[in-house]
Amino acid sequence: MEGNIAELGQYIGAGLAAIGSGAAAVGVGNVAGNFLSGALRNPSAAAGQTATLFIGIAFAEALGIFAFLVALLLMFAV
Amino acid sequence: MATEAQGESTGLEFHPMEQFIVKPLFGDGPVQWYTPTNVTLWMGIILLAIIALFVMGTRGRAIVPNRVQSIAELGYGMVHKMVGDVVGKDGLKYFPYIMCLFLFIVFANMLGLLPKAFTVTSHIAVTAVLALAVFISVTVIGFVKNGTHFLGLFWVTSAPLVLRPVLAVIEVISYFVRPVSHSIRLAGNMMAGHAVIKVFAGFAALALVSPVSILAVTAMYGLEVLVAFIQAYVFTILTCVYLKDALHPGH
Repeated sequence: MEGNIAELGQYIGAGLAAIGSGAAAVGVGNVAGNFLSGALRNPSAAAGQTATLFIGIAFAEALGIFAFLVALLLMFAV
Repeated sequence: MATEAQGESTGLEFHPMEQFIVKPLFGDGPVQWYTPTNVTLWMGIILLAIIALFVMGTRGRAIVPNRVQSIAELGYGMVHKMVGDVVGKDGLKYFPYIMCLFLFIVFANMLGLLPKAFTVTSHIAVTAVLALAVFISVTVIGFVKNGTHFLGLFWVTSAPLVLRPVLAVIEVISYFVRPVSHSIRLAGNMMAGHAVIKVFAGFAALALVSPVSILAVTAMYGLEVLVAFIQAYVFTILTCVYLKDALHPGH
C-alpha cells in the first residue's frame, strides 16, 4: 500500500464533489417539473415563459457546474 | 498482442480527457501565443462556416428563400426576437454583438461534435474571454447609461430597510460571480458531455458490453446535440438578462 495520503484525499474529495451534480439534477428537475405543471394548467401562457424556464434551469445548473469544477480542480490542478 | 497487453494494463485504450489537449498543428514544439494549434484551425473553420451560412447562403436575397437562406433567417429572427423580448426595444442597438456571440458559440459547439473535431468552447480560457467581455461591456454600458443610478441594482428598495444592507452584500457577490458561472457553465457542459461520450466509447473495446456501450454513445450523442444548442441559447439569453439589468437597473 504505497502512495501518499494527499492523493487519496484528492480522489475522495473529487468523488464527494460529484454529489453536487446530483443535487443540481434535483434542482433542474424541480424547475422543469414545476414549469410543466404550470404550463398544463394554463397552456396559453406557457409559450411566453420558455425564456424564464431556461434562465431558471441555467441558474440551477450553475451550482452543479461549480461542484463539477471543484472535482476537476482536485483531479487535475491540485 | 502488443496492443492487447497495453490495453489490459491501462484499462482504457485512450484517456477521455485526451481530446482537449491543445496541440501545435506542425511539429511538436512548445505552444507559444503565435503557434498555430488545433484551436486556431477549428476557430478558422467556425468562422468559415458562419461566413458560408450567412454571407454566401443569403447572397441570393430571394423573396422566397431557399433552404440555406431560410436557416440563416430563422437563426437571425430567433436571436432578434429574444433580444427584443428580454431586453426591450432599446436593447436592439446591441443586437449585432449578441448575434455574434450566439453564432460563435452555436457553431463551436456543433462543429465540436464532429468525430475527431476539437471543441473550442470546452476550454475555460475561451469561454472566460467571452464571459468577461460581456461582463465588462455590460458594466460599462450600465454606468454610461444610468450613471450612479446603476448602483441602485444592488440596493433593493422593495425590501424592508433593515434587510437592505444584507441584500446589498448578496447582490454584489452575485454580480461578481456572474462571469464565473457564465463561462464555466458553457465550458463544463461541453467538456463533461464529450468526456462521457469518450468514456462510453472506451467500453466498446470489451466484447461483453460493446453493444450497450455503442447504444449509449448514440444516445449521448443525441443528447449532446441538444445540449450544444441549449447551452448556446442559455449563454445568449443570460447575456440579454445582464444587459437588461444594465439598461433598466430598477428592481
